[in-house]
Amino acid sequence: MASVAIRNVRKAFGPVEVLHGVSVDIADGEFVVLVGPSGCGKSTLLRMLAGLENITAGDIAIGNRVVNQVPPKDRDIAMVFQNYALYPHMTVFDNMAFSMKLAKAPRAVMEAEVGRAAKILGLEQLLQRYPRQLSGGQRQRVAMGRAIVRNPQVFLFDEPLSNLDAKLRVQMRAEIKELHQRLRVTTVYVTHDQIEAMTMADKIVVMNSGNVEQVGPPLELYDNPANLFVAGFIGSPAMNLIPGRIGNGGFEAEGGAVLPLPPTAKNGAGTYGIRPEHMRLDPNGIPAKVQLVEPTGSETQVFLRIGETPLNCAFRERVSAGPGDTIHVSPDLGLVHLFEAGSGRRLAA
Amino acid sequence: MSATTAAAWSRTRQEPNWLVRLFEWKPFLVIACLLPAVGLLTVFLTYPLGLGIWLAFTDTTIGRRGIWVGLENFEYLLEDPLWWNAVFYSVFYTGVATVGKFALGLWLALLLNNHMPFKSLLRAIILLPWIVPTVLSAIAFWWIYDPQFSIISFLLVDILGVRSTNIDFLGSAWPARWSLIAANVWRGIPFVAISLLAGLQTISPSLYEAALLDGSTAWQRFRYITFPMLLPILAIVMTFSIIFTFTDFQLVYAITRGGPVNSTHLLATLAFQRGIPGGQLGEGAAIAVSMIPFLVFATLFSYFGLARRKWQQGEGND
Ligand SMILES: Nc1ncnc2c1ncn2[C@@H]1O[C@H](COP(=O)(O)OP(=O)(O)O)[C@@H](O)[C@H]1O
Ligand SMILES: [Mg+2]
Repeated sequence: MASVAIRNVRKAFGPVEVLHGVSVDIADGEFVVLVGPSGCGKSTLLRMLAGLENITAGDIAIGNRVVNQVPPKDRDIAMVFQNYALYPHMTVFDNMAFSMKLAKAPRAVMEAEVGRAAKILGLEQLLQRYPRQLSGGQRQRVAMGRAIVRNPQVFLFDEPLSNLDAKLRVQMRAEIKELHQRLRVTTVYVTHDQIEAMTMADKIVVMNSGNVEQVGPPLELYDNPANLFVAGFIGSPAMNLIPGRIGNGGFEAEGGAVLPLPPTAKNGAGTYGIRPEHMRLDPNGIPAKVQLVEPTGSETQVFLRIGETPLNCAFRERVSAGPGDTIHVSPDLGLVHLFEAGSGRRLAA
Repeated sequence: MSATTAAAWSRTRQEPNWLVRLFEWKPFLVIACLLPAVGLLTVFLTYPLGLGIWLAFTDTTIGRRGIWVGLENFEYLLEDPLWWNAVFYSVFYTGVATVGKFALGLWLALLLNNHMPFKSLLRAIILLPWIVPTVLSAIAFWWIYDPQFSIISFLLVDILGVRSTNIDFLGSAWPARWSLIAANVWRGIPFVAISLLAGLQTISPSLYEAALLDGSTAWQRFRYITFPMLLPILAIVMTFSIIFTFTDFQLVYAITRGGPVNSTHLLATLAFQRGIPGGQLGEGAAIAVSMIPFLVFATLFSYFGLARRKWQQGEGND
């Protein structure tokens, strides 16, 4: 096991720079999730960590050793690919034992190691099958087994669940997390799905077009997003981000609504942010017109309009109002976020 | 009352005419669809093949109808040193040329599968020997192997000064045999290289990346990933290549005509030599027919070599 340090790393493909100086510190045994929209450079960063792409500038260190020039096989890492990359002409056993076979390990050692990993993952019955004969979830497990057998310093996962159906994804999410709690190996996990990031990570790295927007534990990112991008990206349903400016009676939104401000509000705010779940029904609140009601059972999402300003709310209580009705709502003032006009940075309350 | 008329009326409406009924009758449809193909196969494949096999059991010569002589032609061939010679050279030619073609073809395919400048241009150039008509390239080789004007001799003697005399490529048995094999290898490489390149490109790059992380050397990646995944296509390409080489005719006939002193006859050239210029149609046909066991063997090789491997199948094996 080892810590990982990424220091001011840049990557250019020809003239196009896709990573513009990324720095992340990963402690020994930590589960770090790189999350961001498609094309923001997550896979590229992970592949640089694995040694599959060279590093244009900056340093990557694994366990205090700078590995920029170290070939992949000497970095002591294991990677689970998005398409699993199982060797189709080898059985599950041979797939998992391949790294030991290359290292000319004795048969008994291979059987013991593969047996251990197969037991952890529940693959004992499948060892003689070929990848074609496995379901998606089983292939996913074999790919993890191949990584576990290696006993690496660091596990790398590149969107490992994106080829699975929704139900299996939730199950595998829990399995990977449990596996990490059992093995305590430093893990870097790439996903574009913020729910995966929130549920699995010890620490989330939010990336956007080649830059790190914010690094922190999941709830820290949820409670104190550093800027508009993180505020909009983390949390589901997404935070309401309402452009406007601070006026005399409160925050004057562009659509005409006037929203109440917390007493500490500072000047210079250009965007008002409030999560749907932080809105409450309040007879003394702002009148708003119901556009759409989406009950999910545990909560009810209501899409409102205040004047022309759209506002999404999620209420714990059941809402009997239908489209066209008027209801009264108010934000939880302690949970309102204000973002600086221009830079988009959150103004500390 | 009105209900029955309505039923009768609708039934006559649905009655199709005899032509439609004929085409909806399955046996007729099957025969009608098969007939053109069967006809073409009969005229262009079965008839010549059947005639050839029949001739092999007669003593037909040009200008004289033969009579059935049973296995006499074959018994005669077994005692004919020229036939044994041709069998030997056909097998030798096929064996050595196949090894050469596959060694060089695989090497080229592996090279071209890498990223390199002018990749598509190189791929086009590789195809050239295959595009040129065989007889043309045979004539070119005839010149290359000419005792007086050979460019190879010119290079070695006049430019490099390594030798003092011209090489006599086609004048004696073994040099002529090797020269023909070299020409055949040259001609056969494109087919092998391009087919194997196509096979290489179906191998997912992420397998190589996974193997890289698993700690493999370049040789191990070839040995454990590239080669086994290429094997199915390798088997089919090799079968074709063996059949083409074993039945080769043009190259040998255009360069040496089987000489010197019949040392470079393949079975195909010997069959032609006996049958057409020699006039012994029955005997020539028997030589041609004697190739069949060898070709059957090559086809069986493909059948077993190509049999879908277990890892390519989806189900079973529980
Ligand atoms: N081999 C490559 N050559 C050129 N551009 C690339 C290459 N690989 C990735 N890119 C570009 O780098 C950017 C980041 O890609 P990637 O890391 O795959 O994003 P993601 O966050 O979706 O994993 C994308 O704009 C992509 O087009
Ligand atoms: Mg990606």
